[in-house]
Amino acid sequence: MIVFVSCIILFLIGLYAVVTKRNLIKIAIGFALIEYAINLFFALVGFKRGALAPIITRLDTPHNFVDPIPQALVLTAIVIALGTTALMLTIILRIYSHYKTFDIAEIKKLRG
Amino acid sequence: MIELYLFLVFTIIAAIVATEIKDLLAAVISLGAVGFSVAIIFVLIQAPDLAIVQIVIEVLTIVIFVAVILRTTHIDETIGKKLSGTHIFSIVLYAVFALLFLIVIFRSFQEMPDFGNPIMRVASEYIRLGLPQTGGANIVADVILDFRALDTLGEATVLFTAVIGVVALMRKSGRKK
Repeated sequence: MIVFVSCIILFLIGLYAVVTKRNLIKIAIGFALIEYAINLFFALVGFKRGALAPIITRLDTPHNFVDPIPQALVLTAIVIALGTTALMLTIILRIYSHYKTFDIAEIKKLRG
Repeated sequence: MIELYLFLVFTIIAAIVATEIKDLLAAVISLGAVGFSVAIIFVLIQAPDLAIVQIVIEVLTIVIFVAVILRTTHIDETIGKKLSGTHIFSIVLYAVFALLFLIVIFRSFQEMPDFGNPIMRVASEYIRLGLPQTGGANIVADVILDFRALDTLGEATVLFTAVIGVVALMRKSGRKK
């Protein structure tokens, strides 16, 4: 329970950066923090106490593994997170080369 | 499991530093600290595949962030400026949403299985059928490459689209000056 709540706290820190920060790099960092929080939450949901990693090494003993499905889903999500972060940072770089600032209030002011 | 809790606390502290520090390079390095401690937590909760992927992706993320910051500026000049009306409004909106979100999440956590006791209704089938049907000893690899291969195809499509977007935005030729 407390483990899940700390994941939610990490998510809320990232959301705080996304919603209230005025610097574009800080907003990108907030998105990355949200991604880590969600990935960590999913992986922690599948944890089983006293179990092993889901790799079959012996056939004679019964399998006692952690849940492999959240791990498979998170593996996909981590890679997609890299793609979205790279695309977001490229757009931020283009915005900076046009406006010469990371401040979103200034960017709104300098329209046209 | 004391080390798991230590790393979770460290993750939260590093996340707060990453959002609040003035130097953007230091913020990105704190983000790297968050990512690598997430990788170590993946090792502690018996997810070695996730730890390997997380380390590789984390290095690439930090390299992209540092490349952007080195081409632009590394001082966050928005910290310390006077708060505008929309800024105060966004903080209030965030506080209200966070409160509602915490209430909903606490109510839904009552229904969830406890930490360390997953339900594993589908996963037990995958573990039973993984080696006989796919021939792979790693169940995670069996799931992403065989049982849920279409999901992986969708992931590859998203990644390809993101790469096309990056290439289209970064190209030199054909841009109007």
